[in-house]
Amino acid sequence: MAAPRRLDLAGLRRLDPLGTMLVLAGLVAARLPFVIDKANRIVPGDPRPLFEVVPWTAACGCALALLVAGVAALAVRAPGARLAVAVLALAALAFALGAAGDALTPAGNRVVRIAPGAAFWVLAALLGVLAADALARLAPGPAARVLALLLTVLSTGIALASGHFDHVSVMREYAVNADRFTHEAWRHVALAFGSLGAAMVVALPVGLVCHRMPRLRAAVIAALNVVQTVPAIALFGILMAPLGALAAALPAAAHLGVAGIGAAPALLALFLYALLPIVANTVAGLAGVSPAAVEAARGMGMTRGQILAGVEFVLALPVILSGVRIALVQNLGLVTVAALIGAGGFGTFVFQGIGQAAIDLVLLGAIPTVALAFGCAVLLDASIEAMQRGRA
Amino acid sequence: MSRTIGAVLRVAVLAALVAFLAAPARFAPLFAPLAPPGAPAIYDQGDLASLAAAHLAIVCCAALASTVVAVGLALFVTRGAGVQFLPLSRALVNFGQTFPPVAVLAIAVPLVGFGEKPTLIALFAYGLLPIFENTLAGIRACPPALLEAASGMGMNGRQRLLGVELPLAMPLILEGVQLSLAVNVGTATIGSTVAAKGLGEVIIAGLLSNNDAFILQGGLATGLMAVLLHEAVALLRRRIR
Amino acid sequence: MISIEGLSKRYGDLTVVDDVSFEVESRTIAVVVGTSGSGKSTLLRMINRLVEPSAGRVLIDGQDVAAEPPHLLRRRIGYAIQGHGLFPHRTVAQNIATVPRLLGWPEQRIGARVAELLELLQLDPGAFAGKYPHQLSGGQQQRVGVARALAGDPKVLLMDEPFGALDPIIRAKAQDELLAIQRRLGITVVLVTHDMDEAFKLGARVAVMSQGRLLQFDRPATLLTRPEDPFVARMTGISDRALKLLSLTSARDAAVADDGPGLGDAPQVAATASLREVLSELVWRGATRATVVDERGQACGSLAIADILAHGRAR
Repeated sequence: MAAPRRLDLAGLRRLDPLGTMLVLAGLVAARLPFVIDKANRIVPGDPRPLFEVVPWTAACGCALALLVAGVAALAVRAPGARLAVAVLALAALAFALGAAGDALTPAGNRVVRIAPGAAFWVLAALLGVLAADALARLAPGPAARVLALLLTVLSTGIALASGHFDHVSVMREYAVNADRFTHEAWRHVALAFGSLGAAMVVALPVGLVCHRMPRLRAAVIAALNVVQTVPAIALFGILMAPLGALAAALPAAAHLGVAGIGAAPALLALFLYALLPIVANTVAGLAGVSPAAVEAARGMGMTRGQILAGVEFVLALPVILSGVRIALVQNLGLVTVAALIGAGGFGTFVFQGIGQAAIDLVLLGAIPTVALAFGCAVLLDASIEAMQRGRA
Repeated sequence: MSRTIGAVLRVAVLAALVAFLAAPARFAPLFAPLAPPGAPAIYDQGDLASLAAAHLAIVCCAALASTVVAVGLALFVTRGAGVQFLPLSRALVNFGQTFPPVAVLAIAVPLVGFGEKPTLIALFAYGLLPIFENTLAGIRACPPALLEAASGMGMNGRQRLLGVELPLAMPLILEGVQLSLAVNVGTATIGSTVAAKGLGEVIIAGLLSNNDAFILQGGLATGLMAVLLHEAVALLRRRIR
Repeated sequence: MISIEGLSKRYGDLTVVDDVSFEVESRTIAVVVGTSGSGKSTLLRMINRLVEPSAGRVLIDGQDVAAEPPHLLRRRIGYAIQGHGLFPHRTVAQNIATVPRLLGWPEQRIGARVAELLELLQLDPGAFAGKYPHQLSGGQQQRVGVARALAGDPKVLLMDEPFGALDPIIRAKAQDELLAIQRRLGITVVLVTHDMDEAFKLGARVAVMSQGRLLQFDRPATLLTRPEDPFVARMTGISDRALKLLSLTSARDAAVADDGPGLGDAPQVAATASLREVLSELVWRGATRATVVDERGQACGSLAIADILAHGRAR
């Protein structure tokens, strides 16, 4: 801090306000522990600062990257440059975390682990905000967004596979649970998408009928709204009884996998939850189709089927897909809860972790859930926007 | 006509919920067929009324906090120096919406430990989004001509905000509150997995002991509570129109 | 020829179109004019069976339209509406190709037809074929709407307030284009409007409707000079009816052959100008006589102010 008295006010005013806030927060956060050194998964562990645990070259590299990001946040306006330095600094931060793990773990030890400390989380969040702000200002098109998502997934995958992060707590949990992780991941995806697919098959025709018959519309939407007010764990639980009875009464149903515990009640409940957004948006989308276009289509001699498939449905598609997006993101989150009734999915790790007070295990379930929901949202949003381009 | 039916229905639902919470034992015959043989038909490990009160309290506290913060934030990013934070706040809101409530809860536990606190944080964070988005939409929906007229009549920024913008945005803001309350009542049940007091306890006890009677009474009580909160805000919305 | 015979439409107790009969000659434009709620749109929509009549029938070239499945009938009748009704998710070329595709034309013929129609409506095919409707101006959208209605090579074109959304200058141009296209293709047009000036400008015959009933079906001049109903007189406008009458006759039709010289300094007017325009020109110039010149600049007669005034007199 060199002689603040000489700083003139005009110069201060030129500083980016968001950047100023982020840098101030970052300066405070940098004093917090960077990692927590834990002897095993349960003990609280020792907080350690960055320069104490990482080889000085790596620490200086990381500090330099953070410094550049800070300066850019304060003084650089171009969003592209801000995004680039934020991403670089995030990578440096992650690298330092891995390096700390290597430095603190005795060779061959598979129990000692390091957990990211408060400084790491806060700095990562601040850099994330810087990147998000730059991205929001860049306003990339749908193709660029999908490309950025793919690059992120790919680089994260490579980084995790490289072994550099093997001593980090979450990866330790992953190493122990690798087989189950893959299994639960598929389970999670299958439950969320399976129920979504079934809901689409039912909700699209129902939405169409509701659009054609306004009297039915209010009743159907109200009923689906009531379904949404039932808490997820209660609905899962309530559905266990009849499905269990069904499996007991019909050996064929049990053979198909219908059972009181597990996937069947979860699928059914998620299906019910997914109906409302899709039906409501189908109705709204069809109602938003220009009456002049439909009238013209009729006047030119298109049949009812041709008008529905070629004009009404196509025009309503972006709105319908927004409904599908809402339902999918909602389902991906609710599958986590379904772990409570033995349906599997990432929630298994979350609730197991909560039960054992093992935070690393909780994160092993929570992080992929968020990543999955976010990735799906980006993909669907991009396709909706691509669809709307050209017609506006 | 349909309005009176609606009012009667609302009162009936409220009466049913209060009666059940006040004297749950009287409803035992209703739930008995669902309970396993020999097991109690009504939750017996705690007082249903106090659980419901705790549930309601946590939901309302969280909603109040998220309303204050979300509305404040939305007002900040729609005027003066705050405008440059608008793209960022929209991006964060959009990102936040993809965050499952369970994940928020799970991530809050390491930060603040078990009990009411993580639940409160999760409900608060999850309640922010609908209110922020609706407030933003409400303020942006104010016709520019109207604001121009307000300025033309000599209203200053504060008077315009309190006299024109907020009243016009109020129905949409309340809709956001309605939405986050409804989501929160359900999400709060999950809070019981991290040892928060609430009706989720009843449902989870049912899941653990295979007692459908517990699951149903817990689910019904929360569902009715969600419907009643929704209707209460709807009443408020009609009042201010 | 389109024959409308005793056509009625009732919704419950409400009669929207009440026993309307008239005939539209082939290769002419008939305009149905009336206030909103007069039943004029319903009448038009009964011709291509977007609305099924409660009584009466419609014959096109002697053939009852009810004899054919409605969607097949509509494919051979052009239909253009206010606000154009273009499909926002399809390009201009795809919009125009709608009916040819429904008719199962080969791709090559469709492409040629689209290009031909864009040329006809003075839209450069290279520049416009790939555009989406929202990228066009209002006037361009309207022209694409007309092109789309003509794509299936229909003998009959129905238009419901086709120029309603256009501003006055573009509107006048669109009307001139419609007249030129109708003459060139020799199609029969039935057009609905609430604008009496538009009716007079476009219609060989004009049907005036009020409260579901046809009040009068006549040439514009007859409607002005011999209205059969007070409502018709009010619709056509009383205060400026003389000027309206003048606007119905062209300078060419009214010009008298010159015998004497000595008109050297008389103002020149185009043969296509209406008598109303010629009168205005004479008043402006302070002259009493004008020379009428044709497209090649050759004098083809003259018009005295007294002759013009005689054309606008009540008959």
